[in-house]
Amino acid sequence: MTDVSLATETAKDEKARNQWWDVWDQFRSHKGAMAGLFFLTFITLFCTAGPLIWDVDPGKLDIRNKDVRPIYTAIWDGDAKVSWARPMGTDHLGRDIMANIMQGGRISLAVGWTAMILAVLIGTLVGVLAGYFRRLDWPLMRFTDLVLSLPLLPLLLVMMLLFRDPLRAAFGPENGIFLLIVIGIGITSWMQTARIVRGDVMALKEREFVLAARSIGTPPRRMITRHVLPNVLSPIMVSATLGLATAIITESALSFLGLGFPSDFPTWGKILFDSVDRMTAFPERVIWPGMAISLTVLAVNYIGDGLRDALDPRIRGL
Amino acid sequence: MKLKTALMGAVATVAFAPMAFADAHEGERGRDGEVKIIYWQAPSILNPFLSGGTKDVESSSLVIEPLARYDPQGELIPWLVDEVPTVSNGGVSEDLMSITWKITEGILWSDGTPFTSADVKFTYEYCTHPESGCAQATKFEGVSSVETPDDLTVVVSFENPTPFPYGPFVGGESPIIQAAQFADCMGARAPECTDQNFGPIGTGPFVVTEFRTNDVIQLVANENYRDPNKPAFASVTFKGGGDATAAGRAVMETGEFDYAWNLQLAPDVIASMEAGGLGVPVAGFGPLVERIMLNNTNPDPSLSAEERSVIRPHPFLSDPAVYKAMSMAIDRPLLVEVGYGQAGKVTCNWVPAPEAVNSDTFTCDVQDIDGANAMLDAAGIVDTDGDGIREKDGVPLRVLYQTSTNAVRQDFQALIKEWWSEIGIEAELRNIDASVFFGGDPGSPDTFQKFYADVEMYANTFNGTDPQSYLGNGLCAQAPSPATQWQGENISRFCDEEYDALHAQLIQTADASERAAIARQLNDIIVDRGGMIPLVHRGRLSAHANSLGGIDLNVWDTELWNAADWYRIGDNR
Repeated sequence: MTDVSLATETAKDEKARNQWWDVWDQFRSHKGAMAGLFFLTFITLFCTAGPLIWDVDPGKLDIRNKDVRPIYTAIWDGDAKVSWARPMGTDHLGRDIMANIMQGGRISLAVGWTAMILAVLIGTLVGVLAGYFRRLDWPLMRFTDLVLSLPLLPLLLVMMLLFRDPLRAAFGPENGIFLLIVIGIGITSWMQTARIVRGDVMALKEREFVLAARSIGTPPRRMITRHVLPNVLSPIMVSATLGLATAIITESALSFLGLGFPSDFPTWGKILFDSVDRMTAFPERVIWPGMAISLTVLAVNYIGDGLRDALDPRIRGL
Repeated sequence: MKLKTALMGAVATVAFAPMAFADAHEGERGRDGEVKIIYWQAPSILNPFLSGGTKDVESSSLVIEPLARYDPQGELIPWLVDEVPTVSNGGVSEDLMSITWKITEGILWSDGTPFTSADVKFTYEYCTHPESGCAQATKFEGVSSVETPDDLTVVVSFENPTPFPYGPFVGGESPIIQAAQFADCMGARAPECTDQNFGPIGTGPFVVTEFRTNDVIQLVANENYRDPNKPAFASVTFKGGGDATAAGRAVMETGEFDYAWNLQLAPDVIASMEAGGLGVPVAGFGPLVERIMLNNTNPDPSLSAEERSVIRPHPFLSDPAVYKAMSMAIDRPLLVEVGYGQAGKVTCNWVPAPEAVNSDTFTCDVQDIDGANAMLDAAGIVDTDGDGIREKDGVPLRVLYQTSTNAVRQDFQALIKEWWSEIGIEAELRNIDASVFFGGDPGSPDTFQKFYADVEMYANTFNGTDPQSYLGNGLCAQAPSPATQWQGENISRFCDEEYDALHAQLIQTADASERAAIARQLNDIIVDRGGMIPLVHRGRLSAHANSLGGIDLNVWDTELWNAADWYRIGDNR
């Protein structure tokens, strides 16, 4: 009796079980990926939901409470200027560092993700088309070379010059710059992905299963989505994780040069750059945003790693 | 207020400390051994007529000297002459067409030959030679001739009446070179005379023994110097190169050098070096002022290229209540503390130096947010739609506030934005790469000349002590526009008939105190009528070892102007 019911239940389970559950099971077995996912969720919540709890205005100057050290400094230095109201301390103009890290994280993550997704979409599209269709290979790859030789900074300078005022008028100063930066980074960082994807697609195209699929009359559209894309997912994942890191760092560099967001608009990279001058006296101001950037990038890398394993049927054991 | 007093006290202590010892220190020439000077920009030549670089002018000033120069207060003092010629002592002719210098008797070149008026005349001919490409040619602009009635008299004649005839042969940029030495170096041959250019014979306290281009200069005391007890140092090692941080450390922390020039560093960095205990920073103040320019024209982006930042007036910035309230809301002592420390002073004036032209009409060292709010309320500029921003005739007081990318300026922006928000004025901040902002490219919308913003912040200054041409930057005709390829120095596009008339009067006036009075009035007009909001009077900061005495930092002439008076405090090494 018991046996029967168990058997039927298992059968029902198997029927209902989506393949993504297998992916999830495999993903869960990757400790680094789980840690990465946990951290990414944490930092995302910290930045998005954090300001709801910690409602200090990040731009609010409080010059009397400038240069407050983080609260833990009191452990080894009883005389340090610390305050429970400013757990991470304040900068040289008295702005709350925790509020700034939250606000900066929102911008940095948004820029990073959007630019990365844009870059990966363009890169994959170009790479797959160039790898799969022989006729498109030459023009697309030469175009890639062309874009690869474009220097990012002068290009962004020109973009700023041409589009800043119209975008500012249409979307407001912050959103206008956001669009400009995201598009700028996106369209100048898809080339590596395109090259890698193209190489993989060309190799895949010669494999037996592709030949088999073609022999039963699979049209190119189905071929790409069903057989090619899932197999090039791992290099795409890898370049996507790297792309997120590059996007965050490029945005920081741009803000520093005055080409990015206005100076009262914190991002992780900008907080980092602003603090470098006083690094020896106030190391925490460099450590907090630096940790945020590197841990986020590391987390995304691990997630990418775990996803690649989880998505690979051979590792999944099917 | 307390802070300001404390800062001024600190500056004064530093400035006067060496003076207290000055008189007590006398003795024979060369008694104090060696002095080591470091300039983080290395001199490449010792002939200021072939290089306009400050480093070259200043290093050569140890060797060659002008007829008269400026003291640290910006006043003219005689140097190789008996007195400074003026109209009242008959040295300057009544019609302002000529000036007569009387050379002090008995001055010798370092090779022992007498210094005569022929050398002065030769210097004029050397620099004005049509093929020479003299770097200091502007000093001799408007000079029609230099005559030498006798060995000790020089008459400089001008083409037009010149109320300020102290261009030629005055200051470190216009020293006298020896006719005998440079006779074969006229015109196109000037740059080929390596020996002369690297080792000029001079009347100054030191003589070059070795010159290594862009590296080190070795000098010894001049045996024929006019004061037998000077200089106190037997030799000078003048090292060039490195960066400001390294130079500052070498003097204040490690004591390898005695004097470091022009340390443009953040106040807390300077303070940490000073904690090294071996040297002290000294500040000198020229006319450099960090200010906020107010756009007198309309920078609305929807206007065409011919009209934007050209047509008047600005929708709300022309209202005195608005710009005065903006100025009142600013806590200048705090700006000084945050940005410049010892190298900054509060100022309400466009031309804060020399002392004679520094107007005392305004006071602005106390922040007054309530007063600013009251002023705006009284002018009927109130928040009508409840968004926290005041409106004038329906136009919200939103300003675009731009400046160059620079850590200190971004701090200023953040602070000022905050203060303005407290009086209901919203500022949008923008910072532009300095090479673009100051680049002057007519094709770029981001140059400070184009001023496609409501307010912008930067610093400006002028050379010498006479502000006439600098004050000319407030004339209507100087406003940049597409017609002038956006050239012109009247950045705020200030335009006031009374100002223009008063400036015309300044050009006609010769008397020094009258000129200063007019300059002060011009300054008051432009500040009072909405040309700009002055913020910080910025100085130059150098450092010297605690054991080096006699330093009197001079921003009007070369910093080494009184090197002959320097001495070693304490043990005579």
